[in-house]
Amino acid sequence: MLKLEKRQRPSEVWSYATPVIAVLLTMVFGGLLFMALGKDPFVAIRTIFWDPLFSEFAFFYRPQLLVKGAPLVLIAIGLSYGFRAGIWNIGAEGQYIVGAIFAAAAGLALYPMEARWLIFPLMVLAGAFGGFLWAMIPGILKVRFGTNEILVSLMLVYVAEQLLASMALGALKNPEGFGFPGSRNLAQWSSSQNLEIVAGSGMHWGVVVAFLAVIGTYVTMSRHVLGFQIRLTGQSPRAAAFSGVNPARLVLVSLGVSGALAGLAGMFEVTGPAGQISIDFNAGYGFTAIIVAFLGRLHPIGIMLAGGLMALTYIGGEIAQSQLQMPAAAIQLFQGMLLFFLLAVDVVTHYRVRWRRPASARVAAE
Amino acid sequence: MDLGTFSPVLLIASLMVAATPILLASIGELVAERAGVLNLGVEGMMITGAVCGFILAVEIGNPWVGFLGAALGGALLSLLFALLTQILLSNQVATGLALTLFGLGLSALLGQGYIGVRAPSLPRVDLGPLSDLPYVGRIVFGQDLMVYISLALVAAVWAVLKYTRAGLILRAVGENHAAAHALGYNVVAVRTAAIAFGGACAGLGGGYLSLVRVPQWTEGMTAGAGWIALAIVVFASWRPWRLLLGAYLFGGITGLQLNIQAGGLSLLNILPAILISVGIVTLLVQLFRHLRGGPVARRTMITGQLLVAAGIVLAGLNRLFPDMRIDQAFWLSASPYLVTILVLVVMSAGRAPGSLGKTFHAST
Repeated sequence: MLKLEKRQRPSEVWSYATPVIAVLLTMVFGGLLFMALGKDPFVAIRTIFWDPLFSEFAFFYRPQLLVKGAPLVLIAIGLSYGFRAGIWNIGAEGQYIVGAIFAAAAGLALYPMEARWLIFPLMVLAGAFGGFLWAMIPGILKVRFGTNEILVSLMLVYVAEQLLASMALGALKNPEGFGFPGSRNLAQWSSSQNLEIVAGSGMHWGVVVAFLAVIGTYVTMSRHVLGFQIRLTGQSPRAAAFSGVNPARLVLVSLGVSGALAGLAGMFEVTGPAGQISIDFNAGYGFTAIIVAFLGRLHPIGIMLAGGLMALTYIGGEIAQSQLQMPAAAIQLFQGMLLFFLLAVDVVTHYRVRWRRPASARVAAE
Repeated sequence: MDLGTFSPVLLIASLMVAATPILLASIGELVAERAGVLNLGVEGMMITGAVCGFILAVEIGNPWVGFLGAALGGALLSLLFALLTQILLSNQVATGLALTLFGLGLSALLGQGYIGVRAPSLPRVDLGPLSDLPYVGRIVFGQDLMVYISLALVAAVWAVLKYTRAGLILRAVGENHAAAHALGYNVVAVRTAAIAFGGACAGLGGGYLSLVRVPQWTEGMTAGAGWIALAIVVFASWRPWRLLLGAYLFGGITGLQLNIQAGGLSLLNILPAILISVGIVTLLVQLFRHLRGGPVARRTMITGQLLVAAGIVLAGLNRLFPDMRIDQAFWLSASPYLVTILVLVVMSAGRAPGSLGKTFHAST
């Protein structure tokens, strides 16, 4: 009989190996799924994972990797602060939306002024502030009233979606838009646009900030006392409390950081790739980022790699949609599968699998 | 206050319909949580149930087959959760989230060909003269069978948890899994059964949504109902009858806001009434507790009084400034979620089952 034995400490080798195994398993089962949909599994997997990087038209897709990866990495990096300490902010999607709304509103208030030096930084600040504010709601409620942050942050996603619709149809609607819903195009206004820094590279300001966030988080987690406190709280809340960690402060800090980063991601998205506040502005990055955070093992470098991989499935998924008529939902399912396999395989990181004969057989042998 | 052309009877009847999906999903989750399992995948199981039920009902042409399929779909998905959390010992919060993401993708994929199709309808129970009674008839005797089933389910869960040996074992497993294990109970088996029951109930709730409430299939149609169900379990302090109250309260708010939007009623006309009634319900719950000798939560009392006062002030303002404008659609659409948050804050939750959310690993 197979038995699980708890390891003294998580296995380091397996903690690196399991994400890779999970990706491979997802490919196998994803292939089976695509086969069930009547597609050639090998072609499908190649289209998703290989073509965006190495095919004939890869020069077109490669920059997209940064464009799609940046918001995922930014949000997931923020989530990793809380997740490590056992504080579950799963409403990043809402913070992302509110960040975008705040940024757009701050910028559009000054329209059509031509002052990029003022407006763009102002929008960045407003975006971060918006996300921060939205994340502070579950934070303060948790600290003050002991309310469950999972449920509150998630409820606020739906509120943010309603707010987005209300903004796109009302307060932020383009007055010159012939009555169509949606704000002015922020990517076409020179004061607010978030374009590529190097043409054709996909490198916009959001990518730069994402890299900075990765470095900053790496330093914080490994060198700063805050990182120590977060890791300690995650491993043993009681030990953390005895060592003088203030749990309320930790809740607010980790939610605040993740909210601000999600808000920034929203800001860079609305001024660049998306271009405007519209009803369907949000594309689920806030939820996919949860998968990215886990796949990256809540480690900044890991999250960066995982963000790249997830961006790849987005781009590859779009190619598969147009070339193989693969339904969009299949890609969504594929991404969900990845998290499942990761959590399933992860058992070997914390437990040793042992073969043990059933007790009755052992007695008989003796 | 002007209620326009509303018939309060029809309104209450429709509120019960609106509450039933959440009631079904939350009673299932209540059982899982009493067994010590926190399954955050309710939303995913609900929407999978919704799509499975809808497909089967359309293909076979019988809503009851649909409900069966919905329950099976939800239960199957929940077994995946059981496999991960009970056998592979994964983190319950993360696995629940994964279940929701997975379920949303799966349902979107399955439901592709069924957008815009109509499901066979579920007839309302007709008890002849009883259903024709004024006021009461339509509300008490004129619902469809699933509404009664959901109520019976709440009663059954309450009775089983309180009076039977199986219920006692389930609660023991939820309170202290190490002790239950030491007594010789199979923690993993009990929890797996509870998870499957929770999945089946969530599936049924989803099926009710796609087959009766809407009745159509659209992607992401649960729109947070599963999460609201989770909140209601907390609100109910893990007790079935309070759960019923909570679900009907939320169903009421959801149904009411849809009715207001459809009926073009002014929110400002109706908001004072909502505030006052929520406040009164809060106070009544406290009073009820007090009468049974329980402690009275000061904070809750104050909030209830504040709600009533705010309602009265708002009604007054309404009279004074009839032209006050707010973005009504937003407040209405966001109200179920905002009220959920409000209730989570106001209701000081009772004690959660002792082993809730903890991973159980028998070392020997």
